[in-house]
Amino acid sequence: MGELRLMKGNEVIAEAAIRCGCDAYFGYPITPQSEVMETLMNREPWDETGMVVLQAESEVASINMVYGAAGTGKKVLTSSSSPGISLMAEGISYIAGAELPCVIVNVQRGGPGLGTIQPSQADYFQSTKGGGHGDYRLIVLAPSSVQEMNDFVDLAFKLAFKYRNPAMILADGAIGQMMEKVELSDFVPRKTDTEIETEYGNWATTGKKANRSKNVITSLELDSVLMEQNNLRFQAKYRQMEEEEVRYEMIQCDDAEYILVAFGSSARICQKSVDIARAKGLKVGLIRPITLFPFPTKPIAELAERVKGFMTVEMNAGQMIEDVRLAVGCSGNSKPVIYFGRMGGIIPSPGEVVEALEQKLIGG
Amino acid sequence: MELKDIIKEENLVYSKPKLLNDNTMHYCPGCSHGVVHKLLAEVIEELGIQEKTIGVSPVGCSVFAYNYIDIDWHEAAHGRAPAVATGISRVNPQKVVFTYQGDGDLASIGTAEIMHAANRGENIVVIFINNAIYGMTGGQMAPTTLLGQVTATTPCGRDLDRNGYPLKITELIGQLPGTSYVSRQSVHTPAASRRCRKALKKAFENAMAKKGTSFVEVVSTCSSGWRLTPIEANKWMEDNMFPFYPIGDIKDGEKAGPEAYFQQNLKTQLA
Ligand SMILES: Cc1ncc(C[n+]2csc(CCOP(=O)(O)OP(=O)(O)O)c2C)c(N)n1
Ligand code: SF4
Ligand SMILES: [Mg+2]
Repeated sequence: MGELRLMKGNEVIAEAAIRCGCDAYFGYPITPQSEVMETLMNREPWDETGMVVLQAESEVASINMVYGAAGTGKKVLTSSSSPGISLMAEGISYIAGAELPCVIVNVQRGGPGLGTIQPSQADYFQSTKGGGHGDYRLIVLAPSSVQEMNDFVDLAFKLAFKYRNPAMILADGAIGQMMEKVELSDFVPRKTDTEIETEYGNWATTGKKANRSKNVITSLELDSVLMEQNNLRFQAKYRQMEEEEVRYEMIQCDDAEYILVAFGSSARICQKSVDIARAKGLKVGLIRPITLFPFPTKPIAELAERVKGFMTVEMNAGQMIEDVRLAVGCSGNSKPVIYFGRMGGIIPSPGEVVEALEQKLIGG
Repeated sequence: MELKDIIKEENLVYSKPKLLNDNTMHYCPGCSHGVVHKLLAEVIEELGIQEKTIGVSPVGCSVFAYNYIDIDWHEAAHGRAPAVATGISRVNPQKVVFTYQGDGDLASIGTAEIMHAANRGENIVVIFINNAIYGMTGGQMAPTTLLGQVTATTPCGRDLDRNGYPLKITELIGQLPGTSYVSRQSVHTPAASRRCRKALKKAFENAMAKKGTSFVEVVSTCSSGWRLTPIEANKWMEDNMFPFYPIGDIKDGEKAGPEAYFQQNLKTQLA
């Protein structure tokens, strides 16, 4: 059993980063995630593990610091909230195009624009469909508890290095600010420069040794034939993620007639909604996508064979519903897929969800 | 005497630095970029730091700098090279990191990144190629474009009311306490190139000694962007650029210590 603590989701991101041997964090303050950098600064990991923590002048600078440090084969983290992630979009596209690993945490708040500091899931499209320019994908993990904030830091780094691709932890203000019991991970030492040279010396900018040709981190390729080949390689990588990395949780789906589909905070609400509905004699289950990209298309398609309908519950205007409709469509079954949600920082109540389910799907 | 009698090892009086490879450069005839690349390669070679030097190339005509000098490179987004260099340098303090940037890259879209990197006193070298124009995109106005200078986006010449003043960013950088060496050079004659090489060497030595940010501007020609022949471009630069961007050291010293900035007891007062 690891060390047990009562912590905020944002604090846990910081602690998990130190413990998993992260080399650097670059960030810029924004509510509701500023505790990530504050916790790191208080922990002073530079004394303990040698981890670098730097407050950048903007999110544009922080993501480009991540880009530089990640190019040298180091484990690098940044975090922000919605408006800051928009500023990072160009940099994230470069990192994906240059095929570098890194982890980006988005503790979402409501938009558009400056919006609100209250929780939201309105960056689903931005995170799962690219966000910046060009055909790229992020690996997107959606934690629904403080424990998963801890667990997904290490997981995100493992996936980022496995695919040499940026990974995003898509949380929201509720998970970031909420305090829960968490079992912390054990300490893993940072990689030494020699280990990095041995493992990543074929691509990282570790300084050109006499026995190897120079390494160049770039996303630029002016020869269209070669640029298309690069794109095909990226796409093959994304298809491999779809084969190997889909993660999801099913709750009371075995005998369910109606399925709620929800991730992150919404999925926490929906667990309660399932209990309320079951108490009323309604056969309701919940599927919780954990990876938003790659999306659990197959399990949803399989459910479509035997259930009567789906309702997505999202803290946005209905974004994930498009992926659920695609999945149901894939199965060849024309089962209804509807959406219920709240926006602008409002978290739906479990009762509201059941009411919507009864009125819009079961009764409808 | 035939050519083969002349081309012999014992007659060799000069050769290009080994770090500069044989790839054909894409630069226009009369462009300063190629000369600065050669000086840069010479300095890295002379200091023997090729195995620990990482270059950050910009977006601009020198985006392909990594094709010509055989060291590890990182190609940054437009203007962000100082942030990329900060990231590399902070997690690899034993490495020597430099950026190579144009005037659009450094003094327009990337103003925030260069100011803050220099103000933090990042231990990096910044090489700033000021040709008073956006070479790569076809000769549009740069922040450094002179008043009255004709470009693709100032067809009647740069106008003060519409476009503001040409930006002497190197003088601003020289004001920042995080810098130790700030110099403006040129490469239009062999003598100027030798002085520029010396300045670059000092900048790299400072970075190796962790003396904060060293910044070398090279007032440069862009014959294509200026629509001039190489010889005319050199002359235009001497007549118009040098009076406004005077050549020479702007700062040669140490980055500031905390004494001048640290107010006694501030920490305990707020803690
Ligand atoms: C975000 C972004 N905006 C604009 C461009 C287009 N662009 C490419 S190079 C350049 C200007 C380069 O000028 P400078 O930095 O002076 O370099 P030079 O080519 O003169 O050496 C611009 C505007 C870009 N690549 N990225
Ligand atoms: S356009 Fe100007 S800066 Fe670019 S290569 Fe040609 S001369 Fe050099
Ligand atoms: Mg220029």
